[in-house]
Amino acid sequence: MRTLRIGAGSGFAGDRIEPAVELAEHGGLRYLVFECLAERTIALAQLAKRRDPEGGYDSLLAARMRAVLPACRRQGIRIVTNMGAANPVAAARRVAEVARNLGLQGLRVAAVTGDDVTDRLRGTDAALDEGGTVAALGNRLVSANAYIGARPIQEALAAGAEVVVTGRVADPALFLGPLLHEFGWAEDDWTRLGRGTLVGHLLECAGQVTGGYFADPGRKEVPDLARLGFPLAEVSEDGTATITKVPGSGGRVTPATVKEQLLYEVHDPARYLQPDVAADFSGVRVEALGEDAVRVSGGDGAPRTGSLKVSVGCHEGWFGEGQISYAGPGALARGRLALEIVRERLRLIGHEAEELRFDLIGVDSILGPDAGSGADGAPAPREVRARVIGRCHSPEEAERIGHEVDSLYLNGPASGGGVVKSVREVIGIRSCLIPEADARPGLTWVEA
Amino acid sequence: MILRDLAHARAGDKGDISCISVIARDPADYPRLEREVTVERVRAHFAGHLRGAVRRYALPGLGALNFVLEGALGGGVTRSLALDAHGKCLASRMLELPVSGDDGAAADGRLGEG
Repeated sequence: MRTLRIGAGSGFAGDRIEPAVELAEHGGLRYLVFECLAERTIALAQLAKRRDPEGGYDSLLAARMRAVLPACRRQGIRIVTNMGAANPVAAARRVAEVARNLGLQGLRVAAVTGDDVTDRLRGTDAALDEGGTVAALGNRLVSANAYIGARPIQEALAAGAEVVVTGRVADPALFLGPLLHEFGWAEDDWTRLGRGTLVGHLLECAGQVTGGYFADPGRKEVPDLARLGFPLAEVSEDGTATITKVPGSGGRVTPATVKEQLLYEVHDPARYLQPDVAADFSGVRVEALGEDAVRVSGGDGAPRTGSLKVSVGCHEGWFGEGQISYAGPGALARGRLALEIVRERLRLIGHEAEELRFDLIGVDSILGPDAGSGADGAPAPREVRARVIGRCHSPEEAERIGHEVDSLYLNGPASGGGVVKSVREVIGIRSCLIPEADARPGLTWVEA
Repeated sequence: MILRDLAHARAGDKGDISCISVIARDPADYPRLEREVTVERVRAHFAGHLRGAVRRYALPGLGALNFVLEGALGGGVTRSLALDAHGKCLASRMLELPVSGDDGAAADGRLGEG
């Protein structure tokens, strides 16, 4: 049976670059996919594009392309990536420029457009999942980008693209596009579309299936994480696949690493809703084929819903934050006193915040009330870090939180140190659904 | 004995919803997970975080359970004031859940090859 090797060159915007080079050079790939677009990244990119019409795409785009294009061109590996973010056309131009500078003339780059539905949704009564409507966001609306499917990627590849640059596309669709193109799966072959989605889902977080985010010393050992190899799938025409990595790279691929990624951020495993298919992972089987090779079969699918999820970015004010440490005997009591003082100071100065939070890092900042009262016999911490954070309507108001923590140096409990304070804008992400016909994908071509 | 002796876990987020997998280290232990790691017990275990429903999906073929915790992330990753806004550490909190130690040999030392 015919097979196709497809690899994952990144799982998020800041991911390591060397494993992608390793895959391009030694993975025997036909396709290399870079997933770099988290929920909020595209809203931030939209803001960047407003400041600079040629900006708004991934800041590591050129570095990644410089690193892998020579090997990809040499071996005929085609690249698919969502690094276009808010500006796939400008990103495609940048890829072509990088290619020219590398002497790779004639490289054909396609930009997938049409996911940006901001203007179409602005002022409408589209219902947000969290309550309210898009219209009610008013001028707080930053962006609205639909998760489009694999078809435009398939079309770009069919028309000869060597690099396909998209904006918001459902992450698994970045992998499904090449599979559709190579295997010619029918638009209503729900089983194969479901299996292709499974392959994409397993690969989309890159190192998270090859032993990254898995190690737990003493329980789950993973060798050589500093040289973690990124995954590739050898996919058969029927959609079953083997997940593996380049021999000699760090990490490991086992049924356990595959299962953790299989369920990652999946709600109902029998209804993993995607623009192309409602994928069904409930009957999936995983089996070890040998060292660092796991066979995945039994994926299925049902007809797609006809709706697309839209990621809606909006201004949500400003975070102001301050932190200070206490150590040694009595650290816990001094940390608690510090928080009480800041709480009272913010009240005295008439500080206005939408929300405030007071944490003791090392005590209750992660587990919150579930951390227990501390009266359960656990030893007192030898160091704690007091943290105060609030969400405010202006940067000035947010800044006052850090000032109050800073002033603990001379006005607070004994021996506090290491103050850090910050102010940052909050871009929140909400979501809504639109009929799939409301997003109109298109292709723009650039040649090196 | 705690859940960590029998299972491994990974947490992810979508908006204000936390999704936590619980995977048997040895598939033979899966029936125990299904019996002991119930929606009611998980709800009580995360009482300090939860503001919404808890759903559980059973995957006997994988020897795994998948939990969906609504309203568990302080309004969602992008707006939450929490240090761990994604709730990534909640997977480790899940593994603190006490389980009965009356079923078979101690799991210590087994490597999770599932």
